[in-house]
Amino acid sequence: MTTDLTRLTADALAIKLSSGEVSSVEATQAHLDRIAAVDGSVHAFLHVASDSALAEAADIDRRRAAGEELHPLAGVPIAIKDVIVTKGMPTTSGSKILEGWVPPYDATVMTKLRAAGLVSIGKTNMDEFAMGSSTEHSAYGPTHNPWDLERIPGGSGGGSAAAVAAFEAPFALGSDTGGSIRQPAHVTGTVGLKPTYGGVSRYGAIALASSLDQIGPVSRTVLDSALLHDVIGGHDPRDSTSLTDVWPSFAEAVRNADVAGLRIGVITELQGDGFQPGVMERFREALALLEGAGAIITEVALPSVEHAIAAYYLIMPAEASSNLAKFDSVRFGLRVNPKGGGTVEDVMSATREQGFGAEAKRRIILGTYALSAGYYDAYYGSAQKVRTLVQRDFAAAFANADVLVSPTAPTTAFKLGEKTGDPLSMYLNDIATIPANLAGIPGISVPVGLAAEDGLPVGIQFLAPAREDARLYGVAAALEALLEQKWGHTLLSQAPDLSPSEMNATDEGAV
Amino acid sequence: MSEITQEQVTHLASLARIALTPEEIVSLTSELGSIMDHVATVTEVATPDVPATSHPIPLQNVFRDDVVGQTLTAEEALAGAPDHDGSRFRVTAILGEEQ
Amino acid sequence: MAKLMDYDRALELFEPVLGFEVHIELSTKTKMFSDAPNYFGGEPNTNITPVDLGLPGSLPVVNGQAVRYAISLGLALGCSIAPTSRFARKNYFYPDLAKNYQISQSDEPIAFAGSVEVELPNGRMFTVPIERAHMEEDAGKLTHVGGATGRIQGAEYSLVDYNRAGVPLVEIVTDIIYGAEADAPELAKAYVSTIRDIVVGLGISEARMERGNLRCDANISLRRRTPEGEPPAPLGTRTETKNVNSLRSVERAIRYEIQRQAAILDDGGTITQETRHWHEDTGQTSAGRPKSDADDYRYFPEPDLLPVVPSAELIEELRAALPEAPAIRRRRLKAEWNFTDLEFQDLTNSGLVNEVIETVAAGAAPAAARKWWTGEIARTANAQGVDATTLVTPLQVAQLVALVDAGTLTDRLARQVLEGVIAGEGTPQQVVDARGLAVVSDDGALIAAIDEALQSQPDVLAKIRDGKVQAAGAVIGAVMKAMKGQADAARVRELVLERATALPE
Repeated sequence: MTTDLTRLTADALAIKLSSGEVSSVEATQAHLDRIAAVDGSVHAFLHVASDSALAEAADIDRRRAAGEELHPLAGVPIAIKDVIVTKGMPTTSGSKILEGWVPPYDATVMTKLRAAGLVSIGKTNMDEFAMGSSTEHSAYGPTHNPWDLERIPGGSGGGSAAAVAAFEAPFALGSDTGGSIRQPAHVTGTVGLKPTYGGVSRYGAIALASSLDQIGPVSRTVLDSALLHDVIGGHDPRDSTSLTDVWPSFAEAVRNADVAGLRIGVITELQGDGFQPGVMERFREALALLEGAGAIITEVALPSVEHAIAAYYLIMPAEASSNLAKFDSVRFGLRVNPKGGGTVEDVMSATREQGFGAEAKRRIILGTYALSAGYYDAYYGSAQKVRTLVQRDFAAAFANADVLVSPTAPTTAFKLGEKTGDPLSMYLNDIATIPANLAGIPGISVPVGLAAEDGLPVGIQFLAPAREDARLYGVAAALEALLEQKWGHTLLSQAPDLSPSEMNATDEGAV
Repeated sequence: MSEITQEQVTHLASLARIALTPEEIVSLTSELGSIMDHVATVTEVATPDVPATSHPIPLQNVFRDDVVGQTLTAEEALAGAPDHDGSRFRVTAILGEEQ
Repeated sequence: MAKLMDYDRALELFEPVLGFEVHIELSTKTKMFSDAPNYFGGEPNTNITPVDLGLPGSLPVVNGQAVRYAISLGLALGCSIAPTSRFARKNYFYPDLAKNYQISQSDEPIAFAGSVEVELPNGRMFTVPIERAHMEEDAGKLTHVGGATGRIQGAEYSLVDYNRAGVPLVEIVTDIIYGAEADAPELAKAYVSTIRDIVVGLGISEARMERGNLRCDANISLRRRTPEGEPPAPLGTRTETKNVNSLRSVERAIRYEIQRQAAILDDGGTITQETRHWHEDTGQTSAGRPKSDADDYRYFPEPDLLPVVPSAELIEELRAALPEAPAIRRRRLKAEWNFTDLEFQDLTNSGLVNEVIETVAAGAAPAAARKWWTGEIARTANAQGVDATTLVTPLQVAQLVALVDAGTLTDRLARQVLEGVIAGEGTPQQVVDARGLAVVSDDGALIAAIDEALQSQPDVLAKIRDGKVQAAGAVIGAVMKAMKGQADAARVRELVLERATALPE
C-alpha cells in the first residue's frame, strides 16, 4: 500500500489527506521508505530529515484530528533544493565550503511552506552554488537520472528533478538562474517553472547571480507546480526585488486550461542546428497537437539570442564572484589553516582554494576579470546592454504572440562525465533557457515524450511576458492533457523501476 | 582582445582570495581564454546608444520603514563559526589594514 | 621621529592643497539595510540580523529614513539631489566586512556639487567645495589581541564584533581645496566643526567625534611655489590621514603633515601615496597601507537593490524643513545677542553656540549664558578632559542663571551649585536645597548677626555713629563670615548702618 502513496501526485495525495483516508505520517513514511530504497542509486538527496519530517507530519495529523482548518496541501511531503536556507536542516548549496552549516534562519519560501503545513523531507543535491547543468559539480557526488543511471539528471537542480522523477517526493523546490529548474525537468520527464523575476522571494536562497536567480516549483504534473507556486509566491518585504503584484491562482489557471485562439510563437533561433533530431521530432509533434486544439502557431525571431549566452556568462560570474566572497572562513563554514600558519588573508585564500570546486573557482575568476578595472565597460557593461537587446526582442515577439515556445534544451540527457572536461560546451547547452533569465520573464518546461534515438525524455519550453505566469500554466496544462490523452498514460509511468539499494545520504546529519 | 596571461590569472586569484595551485593557474588561463573568446562577442552589439539593464523588472524606491525587527542571539550568530571566544568571531593575525 | 620643517618656512616654499572625506553615522532607529537596532555598544554580536552577518541567502533592504536624512544633508550642503541614484558593491576582503563587499554608492551618489561656507578663527570666510555626499554602510569592529600595543602589528589574533556592521553612513567628499594657505589647519578644524553643526542642526546624527559618529579622513599634498609669471607647479602626491578623532586633532594633524611633507620635499625626497594614521598621544602620523593602482574594488550596480528616485515633492518638503545654515545663523545670532566680534568668536571657537542658543531659549540672558558656558563650564570640562556638553544641560544652566537673577544665589554660590549639578546632585534648585546654599535673605537672622558684631566691636560702632561709614566694612566682613558667605553684601551694609543707629547706647 505504502508504495502506491509515492505514485500519487501532490494534489491527489492532498485529497486523501484531507479526507482522512491517509495520514501525513503514512504519506511521509512512504516517501522516506522510497528514498531508502532508491536513493542509493539516484543520490537525489544530500540530507534526509526523517525524524523532523515525521514529527512535522504527526503534528499535522494531530491538528487535523483536532478539527483545525488546514491548508489544502498540509501534510504533503516536499523536497527542498539545498540552495535554500533551512533552519534546523543543514544547508550546503552543494559546496564543501558550507559542509555541516545549519542556518539560524529560514528562507521566506520555507516560512511559507511551514505555514501551509508542508512536510520537508530533505535537501536535494545540486551543482555547487547552482553552477552547472548536470549536478556533476556537486561537492558530494553527482545525482543520477532515474531514466538511465549513467546519465545526468540536469542541473543545477538535478537533485530536485530526480527526486520527483524517482517518486521520492511528489514535488520539490528548485532555483533557476539560467535554466536550473527547466533543463533538469526536460531531461527527467518532469515539470518545472521559473517564475517571473520577483514573483517568488529570493530571501534565503543562497545567491548565485542576484539579478537572474528565481525559486520555483518542480513536480510531475503541471497542476502540482501550480499548487506549489500558489504557496510560495507573493510579495516579501525582505527581498527588495520582490514584486508587489497580487497574483492570480495558478491552480485555477491549470483547471481553466484552454489553448483555443492562443497565439504561440515558435522561436526561429532555437531550433534546427545543434538540436537533436529526436528532440525536434517530439517538439513538432507537440506543436501539432496544440494547433489541433485551436492554437495559432506562428514563427517569431529573437535575433539577440545568439549573444545571450555570452552576456549570461559575463553577468552571472560577475555577480557570483561578489556573492561568493562571503565564504571566507570567518562567520560560517569551512576554515582551512595553511601549513605553518599564516595571516587571515592566507587562511581565507587556503579555505577558498580547498572549499570551492573547479567550476566555482572558474566562474569566480571569470567574474572577477569581467568586473576588474579596465575591463568593466567592455565586458560587464556590454553584457548589460545585450540584456536590453534581449528584452527588446522579447517585447517585439510578444507583440505578435501570447506565448513563445522552443525545445527546453538542445539534447536529451548526456552521459555523466561526457562534458566535464569542456566547460564551454556545457555552457552552450543552456542556450534555450538563458534568455528568460536575462529578461526576467517566466518559463516552464513540460515533458513531450521520449526521443526516438535514445528513449530519453524531451521537454518543451513555453515563455510568457513578465507577470503572465498564469498563461504558462494554462498552455502547459492543456498540452499535458492532450499528450496523456494520446498516450493513455503519464510519461513518468514509463520510467524504469529502480531496484532497491543502499541508501547514500546520511540520515539526520551532515553529509 | 581576450588574450589572458598567467600573470593576470594570478592577480585575479589574489583579488578573489583563492590560493590557486600553479597547475590551476595554467589550466584556468587557457580555459578563460577560450571562454572570453566566445563571450567577448557582446562588445560587437553593445553600441553606445543601447542603455544597460541591471534589473530585469524595473522597480525603484523600494524602502523599508525605520522599525526595529528581530535580531539573532550571539549564540545563533556564533553557532556556525569556525572559531570564536564566546561572544566574538576569532580570526588569525591580520596583515593588511582596513581600507 | 620624522623630520619637520618650521611651519612658516613650509608655507613660504609650498602651497598646501587639501581634501576631506567626512563619514557621518546617521541616528536612525535601524541599520542601513537591515532592521537591527542602530546601536553598537553592549554585548558583542547581539544587534545583528542575518543581513548584518552576511549570512548566505540574506538580502539588504534600504532604510527609507536613512535616505531622507541623506537628502536633507545633501540639501544642507548646497548639493544637487540626483534624480536617480544607485547603490553599488565595493568589493574587497576584510574580516570586519561581513559580505566582503561594502554596499556604497559609486558613480551615482544621492547628492553632488555643493559648497559649505566656513568661518575661520581670524574672521576669514572660506567656501569649501563639496564634490558629493553618498550613502553606505559601516563595517564591524576588530579587536586585536596579543602583541604590545593592541594595534594590528604584532597581534596574535583578532576578534570581530559585527554590531556596528550596517550602521548607516553618509560620506561627504570635498573637491580639491586650494587657497587655504597658512590657514589650512584652522580651515580643516572649522570645516569639520561646521559639518558637525549642520548634522546636529538637522538632527540626523549624534556627531560625536570621540565616539566615531563623525570621522574625518584628511587628504593633503604640497605644491611647490613658483616665481611670479611662471606656470604653477603640478600638484604634489597626497597622503590620507585617518584616525583623527577630535576637532583639535584635525587641526594638529594637518599642521603636522604640512611640516613633515615639506621637510621631505625640501630634502629632495618624494611623498609616498599612502594612508597615514594620526596618533593623538604623540601628535604624529605614521605610515599605513600604500595606496596604489592595484586597489581594484570592482564596483558594479548592487543587483539586490533598486535605484533611488526621489520625487520633487519629497525634495522640496525636506528643503523647506532645513534649519538655517550655520554661517547665516551665526551672523543673525551675533546681531540678536549684541555680542562683540571678539565675544562671538570666542564662543564659536569653544564650539558651544548650540548650548548658548538652547540656554537662551530656556530663558537666560545671552550674556549670562555665554559667560557660564565659556567660563566656568568650559574650564571644568577642560580640567576633566571631557566635552562641556556632557557636564550640564542648557536647561540646568538657564535655571542657574534664573536663581542668580532672582537674588537667590550670588555668583560665588552659583559656582558651588554648578559644581553640585555637575556632580549629579540634581537640578540647581535641588542642589541649593540639599547643600543649603541660598543667599540668606531673612533679615531676622542677619540682624542678630549684625547686632552681635556691632556689640562686640564698640569702637567701630562709635565710629559709625559719628558718621564714619567706611568703618562699617569691618562689621560687614565679620557678618559675612558669620553667615558663611550666604548673605547679600549690599543688604548687610544697609542693615549695619540701620542697626548702628537703632541699637541702644
